[in-house]
Amino acid sequence: MADGSNALADKSRRRFLTRTGAAVALGLAAGVRFIDFPSARAESSAVSGTQRWGMLIDSSKCASGCSACVQACSDEHGISGHGRPQTDAQWIRKVTLRDNESGRETSLPLMCQHCENPPCVDVCPTGASFRRADGVVLVDKHICIGCRYCMLACPFKARSFVHENLSDQKPWSPRGKGTVESCNLCVHRIDEAKGRVPACAEACEREGHGAIQFGDLYDPASGVAKALAQQESQELRADLRLNTGVRYQNL
Amino acid sequence: MATVSKITGSSDFSVIEGSSAGFYALVAGLAAVIAAGLWATHAMESEGHHVTGMTNQIVWGIPHVFAIFLIVTASGALNVASLSSVMGQKMYAPFARLSALLAVALLLGGLTVITLDLGRPDRLVVALTHFNMKSVFAWNVFLYTGFLLLAALYLWTLMERRMNRITKPVATVLLLWRIVLTTGTGLIFGVLVAREAYDIAIMAPMFIAMSLSFGTAACLLLLMATGACTGRFLDDAVVHGLKRILAWFVTLVLYFVMVSHGVKLYAAGYQGVERFLLLEGGVITSMFWMGQIVAGSLGPLWLMLWPPTARSRPWIAAAAALVLLGGLAQIYVIVIGGLAFPLQIFPGKEVIESGFFDGVVSHYQPSLPELLLGLGGVAMSLLIVVLGMKVLEFLPNFRSGG
Amino acid sequence: MTPRLNFLGLLPALILLCGIAAAEEGSALLPPIPPPAKGEECVEPTDVMRRDHMRFLMHQRDDTMHQGIRGAKHSLVGCIDCHAQTDAQGVVIAVNAKGQFCESCHSFAGVRMDCFGCHSAVPAADPVSMALPERITSPALAAVRLASPGVD
Repeated sequence: MADGSNALADKSRRRFLTRTGAAVALGLAAGVRFIDFPSARAESSAVSGTQRWGMLIDSSKCASGCSACVQACSDEHGISGHGRPQTDAQWIRKVTLRDNESGRETSLPLMCQHCENPPCVDVCPTGASFRRADGVVLVDKHICIGCRYCMLACPFKARSFVHENLSDQKPWSPRGKGTVESCNLCVHRIDEAKGRVPACAEACEREGHGAIQFGDLYDPASGVAKALAQQESQELRADLRLNTGVRYQNL
Repeated sequence: MATVSKITGSSDFSVIEGSSAGFYALVAGLAAVIAAGLWATHAMESEGHHVTGMTNQIVWGIPHVFAIFLIVTASGALNVASLSSVMGQKMYAPFARLSALLAVALLLGGLTVITLDLGRPDRLVVALTHFNMKSVFAWNVFLYTGFLLLAALYLWTLMERRMNRITKPVATVLLLWRIVLTTGTGLIFGVLVAREAYDIAIMAPMFIAMSLSFGTAACLLLLMATGACTGRFLDDAVVHGLKRILAWFVTLVLYFVMVSHGVKLYAAGYQGVERFLLLEGGVITSMFWMGQIVAGSLGPLWLMLWPPTARSRPWIAAAAALVLLGGLAQIYVIVIGGLAFPLQIFPGKEVIESGFFDGVVSHYQPSLPELLLGLGGVAMSLLIVVLGMKVLEFLPNFRSGG
Repeated sequence: MTPRLNFLGLLPALILLCGIAAAEEGSALLPPIPPPAKGEECVEPTDVMRRDHMRFLMHQRDDTMHQGIRGAKHSLVGCIDCHAQTDAQGVVIAVNAKGQFCESCHSFAGVRMDCFGCHSAVPAADPVSMALPERITSPALAAVRLASPGVD
C-alpha cells in the first residue's frame, strides 16, 4: 500500500539523516575539518618580541641645513609632494630648535617614535593602527577607514593622511588615498633576510653625519644598545610614559 | 498654516496631512540641501580630502563639528521624553514621541556626516566588524547603535497600547544609556593626553551638560515650529516649563566651561593653550567669546529670564535658536581650537624651523564641500522628522485654536 | 493554489544554461582567458586560484602586516611579478589595466578590486630593493623570480 511504503521510506530516511547528522557532529567535535581554509604561511618565522627595533639620534651630529634623511625617505617610499605643503604627506621632518634660556640651537629629524604604549594604537577603532611584536608601530591600510583619530592622538604629529589619489607607488611601500600613514622604520628593509637599515639612517651615514643609528634595542651587542648604555639619552614627551623606540642624545 | 489633521486609530495622536504647498516646499528644500551634501561627499571621495580645508594639522573640520553637534543634541533631545516617562511629569507626555523621533533623526544625521567624511567610507563594513575595544570610537559604535535600537523600542512602547506599561523601564534604561553615550562622546577628546586643549576628564560631564542644553533647545524649537505649522496651540505651561529647564541647563554648561578653563588657567603647563583659546586665537577666540559665551549662553539666559522677553514666545524661540548656534560655536572651538594650537613636543625650547609646521598655530580655512556636508546632515535629520510625522502618528492633538 | 512548478518561469534560466553550455571560448558568456604569465605554472592550480585567490590574499596580507612574513607563496607582489605583461616596446603594463590579468576577470564578474589604490600594479624595477629574500619556499616561484629580468 502507498501509505505503508511511504511510512517505511520515511523511517529509513529519518534514520539516515540522524546517523549522518551524528557522524558530522562527532567529526566536528573531534576536530576533523571538512573545509580546509588555505594557510599561506611561509616556513620562515614570524617576528617576535625578543627583538625591539629602535633608533638613537645624536642631535649634535645632525647638520641643520641637511635634509638627506627626508629626501631618502621620500625616495624610498615614493612620497612625492603635490605642491600642497599643508596636506602633503611627511613621514620624517627636520626640526631646528632654540633653547629658551641658553639660546643654543640644535637640529634633529623627527618621525614616528614607535612607542611601546602608543596612543595611536589605543584610539584606532578598527585596530588598523597596531604595534608589531618587534616594536614597529604600523598602520594596516587594509582596514584603515581614514577616520584620522590616530592623528589627533599622536603626541608627535607623526602621522599623515593621504589627501589625493596616488599612482606609481613603490611595490614595497603601498600607499593610498584615504588612509593614514607614518614612518614604518622601513619594515620592508628590516624584514629582509639580510636586513638593511631604514633609508634615513642609511642616507645620514652616506652624508657623513651618522646622526641616526638603527638597531635592536634588546640586543646588548648592537650599536644602539651600547650607545644607549654608555651615554645619557632622552625620549620626547617623557611625561607621557610612552617608552619610545626612538631616543635622542644631545638635544 | 492651519491644516486639517487626519485622525487615525488613536485619538490622541495623528499624522500630518502633508499635502500643502508649504509642506512640499519644505521637503524639496531639505532634499536639495541633502543632494548638495551628497555632491560634496562625491567630490571629497573622488578627489581626495585635498579639496577640503582639512590638512595634516587641522585633521578634523566642519563636518566633524556638525556631526558631533548633531550627536550631542540627539542625546539631549530625549529630555522631554525622559521628563514624562521617567520623571512622571505628565505635562510633557504628549510630546514624548516627537522627542524620540527628533533624537533618532539627529543621531542618524550626525552619524551620516561623520561616516561620509571618512577617508574610506566604503570601508564602513570594516568599521562595523573590526573592533579595537580600547578605542572610544569603537565603544561609540555600540553606544550609538544601541541608542537607536532602544529609542525605536521606546517609541514602540509608546505607540503600542499594550506596551505602555513598560514605557517607564525602557525610558529609564534609555536615560542611563544616553548618559553613557554622551560620556563616550566627550571622552573622544578627554582621553587625548597629547593635546593640551583636551586631556581633561571633565569633558565627559561637560558634554552631558551640553547635550541637555542643546537637546532641550532643539526639542523646544521643534515643538513650537510643529505647533505653528499645523495650527495647534502649545500650552504655556509646556513652553515655559521647557524654557526654565533650558535656562538651568545653559547655566550648567557655563559652569563646566568655567571650571574646565579655570582649572587649566590655574594648573601649571596649560597657560599656553588657554592664552591661545581665550585671547590670541583669532577666529577661535571670537567664536569662544562672541559665539559660545555671549550669543550661546549669556544672551539666551538674558532672554529667558528678563521678564519682557521671557514672556514672549518669539523671544523664547530666539533664545533656543541662539543656544543651538552657540553650541555649534562651542564645538568648533573644541575641535578646531584644540587642533590649531601646536603640540608642545619640546618643552623649554622654541621651534625656529620645521618641515611639518611644528610650533606654529595652524589656520583653518573651511571649504564649501565641508560646509555642504555638514548642512546636508542637518537637512537629513529635519527631513527624517518631517517625513516621520507624515508616516506615523507622532503629532499630538493638542487643543486647536488660540 | 496547487504547488506545481511553473515551467514557464524556469524557461529563461534554461535558455541561459543552454547558452552557456554551447558557448565557445572567447564568447561573452564565459570569463575571458587572461594573457599567459611567466614561468611554468602558478603557485596553485587554476581552479583553486579562481575560487580562493581572494582568501589567500586576505590571509597573506595579515601574515605580512602582523608577522612580517614576506615573499611567501601567496604574496601579492609575487602574483604581479609573474602576471604582469610587457608590451611590444618592452614597457611593463599594469595588471589592472584593461584586458590585463586581474582586470579581465574582475570586470567580467563585476567585482571591484581594492588592491591597486595602494599597491603597485607593476613589478619592481629596482633589483636592489627587491633582492630575493631567503624566505621563499616555493621552488617554482624562486625559479621564476630568478629567471625574470631585473632581479638578481
